[in-house]
Amino acid sequence: MRTTITVNGEVRSLDLDPRTTLLDALRETLKLTGAKKGCDHGQCGACTVLVNGVRINSCLSLAVMHDGDEVTSIEGVGTVEKLHPVQVAFLNQDAFQCGYCTPGQICSTLGLLAEIEAGAPSQETAPGAKPTLTDAEIRERMSGNICRCSAYPQIVAAIKQAAEALA
Amino acid sequence: MKAFTYERATSVEGAVTAAQAPGARFIAGGTNLLDLMKLEIETPTHLIDVGRLPMAEIVETPDGGLRIGASASNTAVASNATVRARYPVLSEAIVAGGSPQLRNKASVGGNLLQRTRCAYFYDTSKPCNKRAPGSGCGALEGLNRNAAIFGASHACIATHTSDMAVALAALGASVEVVGAGGTHSIPLLELHRLPGETPHIETHLAGGELITAVVLPPPPKGGQTYRKVRDRASYAGGLASVAVAGGQVALGMVAHKPWRAAEAEGALASGASPAEAIGKELAGASSLGRNDFKIPLVARLAAAAITEAKEQGQ
Ligand SMILES: Cc1cc2nc3c(=O)[nH]c(=O)nc-3n(C[C@H](O)[C@H](O)[C@H](O)COP(=O)(O)OP(=O)(O)OC[C@H]3O[C@@H](n4cnc5c(N)ncnc54)[C@H](O)[C@@H]3O)c2cc1C
Ligand code: SF4
Ligand code: FES
Ligand code: FES
Repeated sequence: MRTTITVNGEVRSLDLDPRTTLLDALRETLKLTGAKKGCDHGQCGACTVLVNGVRINSCLSLAVMHDGDEVTSIEGVGTVEKLHPVQVAFLNQDAFQCGYCTPGQICSTLGLLAEIEAGAPSQETAPGAKPTLTDAEIRERMSGNICRCSAYPQIVAAIKQAAEALA
Repeated sequence: MKAFTYERATSVEGAVTAAQAPGARFIAGGTNLLDLMKLEIETPTHLIDVGRLPMAEIVETPDGGLRIGASASNTAVASNATVRARYPVLSEAIVAGGSPQLRNKASVGGNLLQRTRCAYFYDTSKPCNKRAPGSGCGALEGLNRNAAIFGASHACIATHTSDMAVALAALGASVEVVGAGGTHSIPLLELHRLPGETPHIETHLAGGELITAVVLPPPPKGGQTYRKVRDRASYAGGLASVAVAGGQVALGMVAHKPWRAAEAEGALASGASPAEAIGKELAGASSLGRNDFKIPLVARLAAAAITEAKEQGQ
């Protein structure tokens, strides 16, 4: 099935079996292997990418459902020469060990910062209040990204550093 | 995953017409349906994507209620200013479920129709009357710590796991449905069925009927709160939950559907204390051993939530 998706700023026209998930289209068809397959069932967050600026689990979405959408995977966030401030913060804070969850953590961080900016509440947000970037808010909002190496404290520190750098 | 064809619906009428074909299914966010299709628990032959239909609006109704379009994302509903100001229990319930990534993708319609997370339903090597009618219930004598305490049958003891639906039940929501025969409205409490002898039939929707919106009446007077107990502090299905809106109380993860605690509400209205009131409700509960703990858990959880909502309302 013909599907056109703008991936990391480039228009890509793909001919896909409708069964192809967005994650498999990125990894297998486009050979963009940054987004990872951890569980393939929405449980780990390793496959997190941004669709039209919003973070989702790319394993629980069909590529054909994204015809016309703009997708950003880790390959579109920064380059080795010019890292994104979130990537710099993850390096500075040592926010990973094996790195398998990291592309998802970084895309998720970008989604989180936009959600805080837009005022989306979490279960840590007081009723009616505008959310702020407290440690509790960061932990709760990153709970959809599992880190088997348990770099959680460093990830929280990296997100705080990134938010300051981007402010 | 079994092969299927895919179309993106461009109108409600077109989607409903296409859905009359055997094997056709709606897909919205896909976060539940694709999960189950990967395991071949769900095997539709045609998917009708309703995610882009113009039914994501959240608008106030002339009577002071709120109409929430079925394809609004869970995040959009939880973040909506009117929802947060007037129906805080709904916002709180939604953010108690899943992860932000899931809530960004999940729709209102799909959330209501999500299927149980009973481990035997998911394990295709085990009997399950819901997945394979007549095969038996693996949970009955198995790992049933999270089984229902209200309205279960010998055929199925699974629970409905939506957080959002519990708040909607407490708020007295109704569901707007479009089918081959036109548009009609169903009280949320009559959308889902108890398992009885046919746990594979989960709702009162006719085949191919599309949920287009959830409609809330004006909020009842008094405080509102949602409380959920689970094995982890976040990103985990519930063991039990309670939504309170004024004098209206609904319980979650205790039955095959969101459970409106009518006995408790009646007792509260005639002056019973929160603990007495929930005790009246739980007089009708039954458990199987491993899930015995749910009865005292719900007693304490609901009493605390009712007390909290009362204090807020003063
Ligand atoms: C890891 C994980 C954890 C989760 N934790 C929680 C939790 O803690 N609490 C909770 O409440 N939920 C939880 N969920 C479930 C999640 O909320 C649901 O998957 C989601 O709400 C489904 O919405 P969707 O739009 O993606 O539905 P889909 O998967 O697209 O559809 C689900 C069903 O609804 C039908 N459907 C969809 N839209 C319509 C419509 N408009 N009219 C008629 N039929 C329709 C589809 O045909 C399908 O049968 C979790 C899910 C995952 C994967
Ligand atoms: S409780 Fe219901 S869903 Fe679970 S195994 Fe029994 S029949 Fe299947
Ligand atoms: S691979 Fe998508 S959430 Fe785990
Ligand atoms: S760094 Fe290894 S899983 Fe997170």
